[in-house]
Amino acid sequence: MKRYHGVSPLEQKRVMPTWLVRPSFVVGVAIVILMVVLSLFPQLIAPYDPIATDVTVSNQAPSAEHWFGTDFYGRDIFSRVVWGTRIDLLIGVLGVVIPFLVGGMIGLLAGYYGGVLDSLLMRITDIMMAFPFTILVITIMAILGQGLINLFIALWLVGWMSYAKLVRSEVLVLKDAEFIQAARVAGFSDARILFRHLLPNVISSAVVFAASDVVMCMLTGASMSFLGLGVSPPTPEWGAILNEGRTFITFAWWETLFPGLFLAVSGVGFSLLGDGLTDFLRTKGR
Amino acid sequence: MEKLLEVKDLHVAFPSKRETVRAVDGVSFEVYQGETFGLVGESGCGKSQTLRSILGLLKQPGRITGGQILYRGADIAQMNDRALQKIRGKEISMIFQEPMTSLNPVLRISTQMYEAFEDEKLSKEAKRQRALELLRLVGIPSPETRLDEYPHQFSGGMRQRAMIAIALGARPKLLLADEPTTALDVTIQDQIMNLLDQLKRELGMSIILVTHDLGVIAQMCDRVAVMYAGQVVEMTDTVTLFSRPRHPYTYGLMGSLPSEDSAGATLEAIQGSPPNLAHLPEGCPFAPRCRFACEVCHKERPNLLEVAPGHLARCHRPDVTEDFQGLIQFPDGAVREEDPSHA
Repeated sequence: MKRYHGVSPLEQKRVMPTWLVRPSFVVGVAIVILMVVLSLFPQLIAPYDPIATDVTVSNQAPSAEHWFGTDFYGRDIFSRVVWGTRIDLLIGVLGVVIPFLVGGMIGLLAGYYGGVLDSLLMRITDIMMAFPFTILVITIMAILGQGLINLFIALWLVGWMSYAKLVRSEVLVLKDAEFIQAARVAGFSDARILFRHLLPNVISSAVVFAASDVVMCMLTGASMSFLGLGVSPPTPEWGAILNEGRTFITFAWWETLFPGLFLAVSGVGFSLLGDGLTDFLRTKGR
Repeated sequence: MEKLLEVKDLHVAFPSKRETVRAVDGVSFEVYQGETFGLVGESGCGKSQTLRSILGLLKQPGRITGGQILYRGADIAQMNDRALQKIRGKEISMIFQEPMTSLNPVLRISTQMYEAFEDEKLSKEAKRQRALELLRLVGIPSPETRLDEYPHQFSGGMRQRAMIAIALGARPKLLLADEPTTALDVTIQDQIMNLLDQLKRELGMSIILVTHDLGVIAQMCDRVAVMYAGQVVEMTDTVTLFSRPRHPYTYGLMGSLPSEDSAGATLEAIQGSPPNLAHLPEGCPFAPRCRFACEVCHKERPNLLEVAPGHLARCHRPDVTEDFQGLIQFPDGAVREEDPSHA
C-alpha cells in the first residue's frame, strides 16, 4: 500500500482496515449478508413450500418439524419467513434505488443551476414533504390498488425528496468551491463538472441516508401488507404473515413473533450498516 | 511586444433589491506577452472581480455591465459559455488563493492532471510522461509516486504547486493568479513566487497577479495597477510606482509597509475604511481618507490622467506627494535594472 510509506512491513500488519475496527458495522454487514443469502437461496434453507397448505397441522406450536410453528392453513412459518426475506429485501432495496437516482439528480441540478429551476424543484419537494409519509403511501396505494408493483410506484413517488434535499444542500456548499471553479477555468462542460467533479463529493451523505432508508421502505412495505394494501396473499411477506397471524395472537404467538423478529433484526442490520458507512465515509478522503 | 489582453472600460455590478454595488467601475489596462501585470489594492477594491470577469467566473448576481475584454482582439465579455470553454484552460488559465480547496478531494492528482490535456488525445503513456514533466517543472519531488496520490496526501505548498502544474497543463498563454500565496507561509510564498517567475520566463507566458502584498508586487511585476473602490487610481511600471508614487493612496500604502528604518515604530496606517461601493461619495472616493484632500477633491471626481510618460494617476493633486522619494526598499534581488520597454 502506498499509504504507508516508510513504515516497516512489521508495523504494517498492525494497521487494520478501518471498517473492521467497528464491531457494530461488522454486525450490520453480517446481518445484511445473511439477508441477501436467504433471499437468493430460500429453496436451500426453507424445509417446506411456503404456500403449500396442510390443514392437519393448523396452528401448530414450534417443534422439531416446524421450527417456527405453522399458521392457520398449516403452512410452515419458518419457510414463509425465509421466502419472505426475498420480497422484503426487494421492497427495501428497489424502493430506495429509484428515489436515490431521481432525487439525487434533482438535487444536483437544482443546487448547481439555482434560479428558477431550483425554486421550482424545491417547491415541488416542499409540497411533497408536507404530507405525512405513511398517509401519502396509503393514499397512493388506495388509488392504484393492491399489488407489489403499485407498492413500488407509491414508494418511488414519495421517497425521492430527502435525497433531493440532501444532495442539493451539499451542492450548494461545494459549487463555489475552488476546485469546481478550477474545473470551470479548465474549460470543462457542465455535464463533466456535475458528474465527474461534483457528484463524487456530494453523494456520500445520500449513500448513508439510503442505508437507513432501506429500513424505512421495508417497514412501510410491511405496514402496507399488514394493512392489506401491499402484496396479495398468499405471497410470503413479513407484514402479510404478521397480519394473518394477528387473529390468533392470543394463543398462537409464533405466527406474529417470528416475522416481527426478522423485520426488527433486518432493520437493525441496515441501521448499523448506515452508521458504519457514516464513519467510514467521513474518515476517508477528508 | 504583442498585446495579449486588453480590458477596456470594464464595469461589473452586483445588483440586489435595495442597491447596486459597482464592484468594478471603468477599469482599463493592457497585458503584453511575457509580462507580469500586478493588480493591487485592499480587500473589496474590485481586483479579484476584475480578474474573475476575464474568465466569466463572476458569482451570482454579479455581471459585466459594460466595457470590453479583448483577448487577441476577440471580446470575451460577449462570449457565451460554449465559446468561453474554448478559451478557458487552453488560452487563459487561473490559479486560486486556497490550495487546500483548489483540488478535487476525491480524484487522484494524475486524474486531475490528465484532464487538463485531454483534448490532445494522447496515449496513456504520453499523458503520464507529460504529467510527470509538469510535476518536475513545478518542483514536486519524486513525481512518480506523487502522481498517483490524492490531494489530502499533499501539503499546502505541494498542493499549490500541483495546482499550478494543472493550470499549466494545456500550455496557456495567460495565467491569472488570484492571491496565489496568501494562504501559504512566507518561505513557501517566496518559493511559489520564484516558481511563477521562472515558469513565466521559460514558457513565455503572461501573468496577471492579484495581491494585496506590495512586497510580492515589487518582487514579481513589470507593471502595476493600484485599485481603489472599483477604479484604477494609479498605473505605471513597478520601479516608477515604488520610487515616485503619484496617488496619495499608493503613497499611503507604501507608508504602511514595515521597513528596516521603521523597526520598532508604530506603522502608519491609512485612516478610515474603504467606502461603500453602493453609495460612493460625490467627489474622489478616496478624499475622505486622504490627508492631502482639498475642496475640489470632495466635489469632483478626478479622471485618470497621464501625469508622466507611461504613468497614469487618478488624482486632482498628483504632485503633492513629490517629497516622497525612494523610501521603499525593494526586497533583495527584486530590483529591476532596465525599464520595461513598453513604458
